[in-house]
Amino acid sequence: MTTTQIEPAATLAELRESKPDRVTIVLLSGELDKAMAAFIIATGAAAMGMQVTMFFTFWGLNTIRKKGATSSATDWLRRMFGFLNKGGAENLPLSRFHFGGLGTKMMQKVMKQNRMPGVPELMETAKELGVRYIACTTTLGLMGISKDTLIEGIDQFAGVTTYLAEAKQGSVNLFI
Amino acid sequence: MIPADVKLDTLGYFCPMPIIMTSKKIKELHMGQVLEVVSDDEGIKKDMPAWCQTTGHEMVGMEEEESQSKRIYKAFVKKTK
Repeated sequence: MTTTQIEPAATLAELRESKPDRVTIVLLSGELDKAMAAFIIATGAAAMGMQVTMFFTFWGLNTIRKKGATSSATDWLRRMFGFLNKGGAENLPLSRFHFGGLGTKMMQKVMKQNRMPGVPELMETAKELGVRYIACTTTLGLMGISKDTLIEGIDQFAGVTTYLAEAKQGSVNLFI
Repeated sequence: MIPADVKLDTLGYFCPMPIIMTSKKIKELHMGQVLEVVSDDEGIKKDMPAWCQTTGHEMVGMEEEESQSKRIYKAFVKKTK
């Protein structure tokens, strides 16, 4: 066993002086890999003491829908759409190599073997760390998703101006 | 060897878990106590100083160990706020 000292000052010097303290993330995508990236950044930033706001729109809404939630719209077009587009953070497909679910299952198995948290676990951690969730009302309506089919802990239902007001004060604003 | 008051084992966990576990654990410490975070994720070499700089805790030091052909990193963080 060998022990070597690493000088922390050397690594610190490489860091920039700026101290971002507000982060906003727009999650438009509903794929496992992209949602993971979003929640890893969100939890990481929150653990650094930054204030994090996540804005969910379009397919990103699937992460904050209850498992297996379908549409509660009354018109058949949106009902059909909701039937095809099932919700739930557990059900997200990979953006590549999904292979009808097989590829995604394999990836989830590898993640578990490596003690890597999945999207539902990361979301739980995000909430514990105080990450705020905003659901986009326009796309909720467009996709026929009602509020009662969303998970607990959505902080706000709002639109683009709420997002922009937050983003204006953010030094890290991401669109995933 | 840097003396530590509390030890946190994050072996087997990947980014961002070691940092998240650190941010939770540090809350249990008293002011001035040193937390030793043990990790096998190489990213911690850069991530822990970055976390300390942002949160204001003091990065006391970092050690790298090789045992049984596995690299283990020990980060020492002093609670300062």
